[in-house]
Amino acid sequence: VSAATAPVALPPAAAPAPRRQLLMGTAVGCVAGTMLIGGMLAVWVLLRERVVDAGERFPLDYIIHEVATNIMLMTIWSLCLFAQWAVYAGNRGDRAHTALALGVTGVLALAFINAQAFVWSQMGVEIADEYYGALFYAVTGLMLAVVVAGLVFTVVAAFHALAGRLGETEVLSAHALFWYWAAAAYSAVWFVVYVTK
Amino acid sequence: MTTIQTHPDDSVAAGSARDAAAASIFTGAAEWVTSTDHKRIGRLYTGFGLLVLLATAVVALLLGIARADDSSEFIDASALLQLFQMYRVGLVVGGVAPLAIGLAVAVTPLQLGARSIAFPRVALTGFYTWLGGTTLVFVALGANGGAGGGDADMVDLFLAGLGLASFGLCATALSVATSVLTTRAPGMTMRRVPLFAWSSLISALGMLLVLPILVGIVIYLFVDHRLGSQGNFMGVEGIGAWIGWAFTVPAVIVFALPALGVAAELVPVTFRHRSVMRGTALAGLGLVGVASYAAATQQLVQDVTFDTDGETFVRGLAPMLILAGLPLLGVTVVLLSSMLTVKSGAAGGAPSIRAPFVFGLFGLLVVGAGIAANFVQGITDLELVDTVSGLSSTFEEGATLLVVYGTAIGVMGGLVFWSPKLWGRLVADKLVMPLALLAVAGALLAAVPLLIAGFLDQVSGYPASQADIDLIMSTDQVDGGAIWITLSLIGHGVMALSLLAFGGLLLKVCTGDADALDDNPYGGHTIEWGTTSPAPAHNFDHVATVASAEPRLVARIDETATADTTQEGSPS
Repeated sequence: VSAATAPVALPPAAAPAPRRQLLMGTAVGCVAGTMLIGGMLAVWVLLRERVVDAGERFPLDYIIHEVATNIMLMTIWSLCLFAQWAVYAGNRGDRAHTALALGVTGVLALAFINAQAFVWSQMGVEIADEYYGALFYAVTGLMLAVVVAGLVFTVVAAFHALAGRLGETEVLSAHALFWYWAAAAYSAVWFVVYVTK
Repeated sequence: MTTIQTHPDDSVAAGSARDAAAASIFTGAAEWVTSTDHKRIGRLYTGFGLLVLLATAVVALLLGIARADDSSEFIDASALLQLFQMYRVGLVVGGVAPLAIGLAVAVTPLQLGARSIAFPRVALTGFYTWLGGTTLVFVALGANGGAGGGDADMVDLFLAGLGLASFGLCATALSVATSVLTTRAPGMTMRRVPLFAWSSLISALGMLLVLPILVGIVIYLFVDHRLGSQGNFMGVEGIGAWIGWAFTVPAVIVFALPALGVAAELVPVTFRHRSVMRGTALAGLGLVGVASYAAATQQLVQDVTFDTDGETFVRGLAPMLILAGLPLLGVTVVLLSSMLTVKSGAAGGAPSIRAPFVFGLFGLLVVGAGIAANFVQGITDLELVDTVSGLSSTFEEGATLLVVYGTAIGVMGGLVFWSPKLWGRLVADKLVMPLALLAVAGALLAAVPLLIAGFLDQVSGYPASQADIDLIMSTDQVDGGAIWITLSLIGHGVMALSLLAFGGLLLKVCTGDADALDDNPYGGHTIEWGTTSPAPAHNFDHVATVASAEPRLVARIDETATADTTQEGSPS
């Protein structure tokens, strides 16, 4: 066999394209997150019921800063709007608007974190309080961790989308999905912790 | 006189060889600890899972000796609370969970025709998080931590470790579930997904539904115990009551699904026939997954009381049929579907009964018995829960052991079956077959006496305090209690022996010389048997389009038909 006619060893073919792997992974992660937040809220309701059934007030001494908590709810839902705008702009190949949308998303996430810190400082809940403190900081602290994770996701999505991969909008879609889920989760936390108290 | 003089060049060469060998060991170790190859991650999980389960069986053996004789001072009484928790946590989070998820990680992408698992770094991080968390749990328990523990820092460490281990399992489960949903070969619809991969999907989703709830509760307990007033959760003695549900049936059934998948996969292979009523088998495995709902709602016992007007009975029966009945129906469906395949396959010729099938079948039967026991436990009139102490009877412990040890047997079968793809070695049937019989004898001997002792009101459960452990360890209040406990401890010993022998055998076979191996030595039906043994790091050089649920079986039938046609057409 001459060199010209020898078979050429080709590298393995490209792997079959995964079916929107990141989006599906985010969705599955959101299901797990729902069980986490849902389970914690269920325990909250159970313990609150015990206190109320015993004839006490829940919480006993603290005044909830409702304006700030309502603003946090509005912030996180408007944040979803900007995350969705990033998907729209990414699909159109519009780098400037994708950057703007992701930037605003990040700023709103920071605003949410700031508002949570404000609520904590204004309410002044003692963590070693008889029954409320540990519950309050566990739930709201976890929600804050979710928003911080979302902020990290926003930064990663921004690097990914703006560093030459604008056409691949799956990461932007997954990012938007995460924020929709975070908004839904906060809505549940807001209703249980700050509205029904 | 003979003078031996080493040539300077020789010593340099020897030094270089030593350096090269050391470098090679370090490189090899580094490749293992940082590998994103799902086969390696899966083997790490199963290896450590076997190790922890073996240690747990030994702890159970020691506890059994102390439990069988009340007056014995074999173990210091102050250590019993922690040892019993090591046993319960080790069975589930340390043993059965990593075994199940490990086999799923190692095999599922191969079965899907994928070149890699989805999010391999997440899967690897999950493994290390689980390993670190489990280590912390055992360290904390060894230093007077755990539920009801005397050292506050070690109680915190126990909670942190448990949370980390559960979080790690969740991360890996996310990787497995996403793989099945997104990385299937072209043409592999969800109905064509291999039965084992399907069971892995259901198990992974079940873990993602159940374990986050445990993580949430652990966050509460940690914050409350570390920083709070300890008023909400009854302090250190309340911890057991809040987390105990995660270490018993029905929660452990979620981890048993891959073992059922192994059995469902091996029956058609053994009887060289397509899986009969395959869709029904898929549904059956899905129904077993309903156990995750029962675990999430923490419905360990349904209030089904037989009364004269029937009202309480009917009101209690509905949730029992859903939460405990559907998993039992599911495992029955899997068993019936397998029997139909056996019937159809037996008509076509003698089956090829090999060691993995024996392991898989025993695993299915033992896990099935555990799921049935979980169903029976719900009948309130049987009084299998001590309403005074809140602890359960040993019936619950027996049911949990059936599920855990049955799963371990099934996973061992899976490791033997897929060893050509994972290690490039075939484990000889004559070596491993006796271990299947030994393991099933151990599992039954460990669990069945406890089921019987449960009817005699022998107490068990997850202990929350020294008072609880005193009740659990006491056998003299029950007639014949010590006999049943003694039989059970022998079972734990036999199980420990079979786990040790299996681990040693696997280690010996898989580190031995490579065989010239057929790519499909068991006649497997699914796509992974089309690649080389062992499978390369990227699994497949070429991923074919899948046109049926049993592509390798169809290919073999086609080849046989072509050969027959050629023979008939050739001149005599």
